[in-house]
Amino acid sequence: MEVRAGEAVAVIGANGAGKSTLLKSIAGLLPSRPDAITFAGEPIGGLPAHAVAARGIALVPEGRGLFASLSVEENLLIGGQLNRPGPWNLSSIYDLFPVLGERHAMPSTALSGGQQQMAAIARGLMANPKLLLCDEISLGLAPIVVRDIYTRLPTILSAGISLVLVEQDVVQALKAVQRVYCLQEGRVALAGAAKDLTRETIAAAYFGV
Amino acid sequence: MTDWINVILQGVLVGGLYAMFAAGLSLIFGVMRLVNIAHGDLIVLAAYLALVATQTLGIGPLVSLLIVVPLMAAVGYALQRLILNRTLGEDLLPPLLVTFGLSVIIQNGLLALFTADDRKLQAGAIEVATVRLFEGVYVGLLPLLQFAVAVAVIAALQFVFYRTALGRAFRATADSPEVARLMGLDNRHVFALAMALSLAVVAIAGVFLAIRADFDPSIGPARLIFGFEAVIIGGLGSLWGTFAGGLVLGVAQAIGAHINPGWQILAGHIAFLVILAVRPEGLFAKGRA
Amino acid sequence: MNVHVTFASRSSRAGMALCAVAFVALIAAPAWGGRDDLQLLSEMYCYVALASLWNLLAGYAGLVSVGQQAYVGLGAYILFAFAILAGMPPLAAIALAGIISAAVAVPVSGLVFRLRGHYFAIGTWIVAEVFRLTASQVSVLGGGSGTSLPAALIIAIAPSRQLRDFIEYWVALALVGAVLLLIVLLLRSRYGLALKAIRDSELAATCNGIDVRRTKILVYIVTAGAAAMIGAFIFLQRLRISPDAAFSVNDWTAFVIFITVIGGIGRIEGPIVGTIVFFALRQTLADLGTFYLLMLGAVAIAVMLAAPKGIWGLVVEKLGWQIFPLERRVIADGSTVAGNAAKT
Repeated sequence: MEVRAGEAVAVIGANGAGKSTLLKSIAGLLPSRPDAITFAGEPIGGLPAHAVAARGIALVPEGRGLFASLSVEENLLIGGQLNRPGPWNLSSIYDLFPVLGERHAMPSTALSGGQQQMAAIARGLMANPKLLLCDEISLGLAPIVVRDIYTRLPTILSAGISLVLVEQDVVQALKAVQRVYCLQEGRVALAGAAKDLTRETIAAAYFGV
Repeated sequence: MTDWINVILQGVLVGGLYAMFAAGLSLIFGVMRLVNIAHGDLIVLAAYLALVATQTLGIGPLVSLLIVVPLMAAVGYALQRLILNRTLGEDLLPPLLVTFGLSVIIQNGLLALFTADDRKLQAGAIEVATVRLFEGVYVGLLPLLQFAVAVAVIAALQFVFYRTALGRAFRATADSPEVARLMGLDNRHVFALAMALSLAVVAIAGVFLAIRADFDPSIGPARLIFGFEAVIIGGLGSLWGTFAGGLVLGVAQAIGAHINPGWQILAGHIAFLVILAVRPEGLFAKGRA
Repeated sequence: MNVHVTFASRSSRAGMALCAVAFVALIAAPAWGGRDDLQLLSEMYCYVALASLWNLLAGYAGLVSVGQQAYVGLGAYILFAFAILAGMPPLAAIALAGIISAAVAVPVSGLVFRLRGHYFAIGTWIVAEVFRLTASQVSVLGGGSGTSLPAALIIAIAPSRQLRDFIEYWVALALVGAVLLLIVLLLRSRYGLALKAIRDSELAATCNGIDVRRTKILVYIVTAGAAAMIGAFIFLQRLRISPDAAFSVNDWTAFVIFITVIGGIGRIEGPIVGTIVFFALRQTLADLGTFYLLMLGAVAIAVMLAAPKGIWGLVVEKLGWQIFPLERRVIADGSTVAGNAAKT
């Protein structure tokens, strides 16, 4: 599978299909063969996570993973500690997510679930990545909150980065992306443009029936 | 009355030294959940480095800090990168055993190089200078300086930990090493920096220990225990709590010694055990220990 | 399909047979060994016993203590106190030392169990220091410089020196035999299964209704009593006691830990193998003095980093041997291939 520059791609699939494993492998948290993953023409499969991050890949981890003993702003500063050049800094982040600006001095644990998810995405953006990987951003959030977060995605994409969304919430994900990969037991069972896929073909690939 | 004021004052001033023993210990426990059994022996190692520096270069002990502090920080960075990082994980036995082995190596290495003879650093006139606080209560200039340095060290650590990018990296890595790696933080490097900072503090503590009293290669473990007691008395997770814990320990020892010279150390241990029994989270804990 | 559970395997049956032969040979040691041999063997027995007890604590119950010298010294001081002050026969005082020390361990456990993990380790050390400093305040037992056992008490054990040597040797052998038997029985009891569960996952063990804390406290108290008996014996043999020797962290904890780690932690055989290696090194390198200790520390670090399961761990891995029948094996259909149920 591939993700082109400036493109948004969704990876969907049932529980245990290997979606999170895929993202963690790309980010370097799980070991893989050096040539199994290439980024901007270079093999990165053998690199440790911090080196992958330095090349411009940011992962927003499942469960958000905010640093509990850091304030909201400190979480964002950690995200930006590589000092990669790009459009995202504290003020542009606070324009995108005003609520984070209002609560920048609070402990990250004091945020609501939706705000925590925004902070996690914002922290990923602070690295000014070329590729942003998002693992289950709708997990455990109310539908209205999920919609609120998804409305920010076009702004994020307009800055020219590539996006990979791993989602259980297929309907929401399909609206936000150009192309879709459906995983089943660690393999790509279906690939195609989001607008071409019907509910039936997805269901077939999803459950392997 | 002035008798007791003097005793408590002495205890408080020694307590500053214990707080420095403790600060390095609590720093690395906070960042990587590692208890360094060789901590006390590293303090003694720093004292010997200062001894060698003063003897070979003809400099004073306080000037020798300029050499000993960076040297110990480098030792800390290398130690963490080359050995201790490989022991970190779920199992708490490897770090404990490896630092225990390190303690034996440092003690016996120093014994082989310097023999078991008592040593002391000579700081010159400042050692005998005293300051009169009020009628009948005098304090030495040196203990006062050492106390001021201890306050400055704790304040500096507090600043680094809560106000700098390095401190943010420490706290983030302590919270979740895995997520910190996603932010481009190499946790092996972060841990090594924490150990370097810890041993820089150890170096300052070691030099002041060596000016203040006789030392020999075997006294390290007792310094580890004093530092540990200060950490637990003060409560985990608070640097100023650790500082206060050092003072409580110093005062307890001074009172014990005043009653019977043989009870100095015992009184400190008993104070520790009483606090463990009555308030196991420590006197100044932030939240739960 | 018929399934039954057994402890024995082919290597453990062979191992136990070999052990029985060795045991008989060791009982007969006074017939074939000189005075020095008997003393060396007695000392080895004491280290096997202390290392096995530490192994039970750290390797099975997850209680990493660096303060076992507290009980070695306490037991020794109890023996000296009862022998000197009350004229009690020293051999009887060994048993008393075990009982009193186990009783002392009850309130001590209440304190040190408030500390977790690494902090528990240093907490146990502080307790040992408190014992040492307290002992040096007891002036009837010589305070800081210590005291000796009166000759009359020694002669009361047996009139001739040779017979005393024999008796002391057999006491040492009986003590180490009793300690090993105690550990094997404990590990085969329901507490043993609980300990294995704790070792594998403390959380899972708690969830399965195992009272982790109680099991750990029991192990702590039992090892305290047993270590005290060994300590009492060691200083009975030395005839002299001082706080620094009795509560020495190097002699009774550092060496014991190195022996266990080098031999193989978490296995009964580990401390035995470790003791043999430790003494072999000591007999050949002791002339080097401090360099010997330096090397020992380096070897322990190297083993921990390169082969954390120790020498016996490597043997089990490569050859599948086990001498002591401790692991429950599920045998299906009487087939010769045994699934190893409790392998970790």
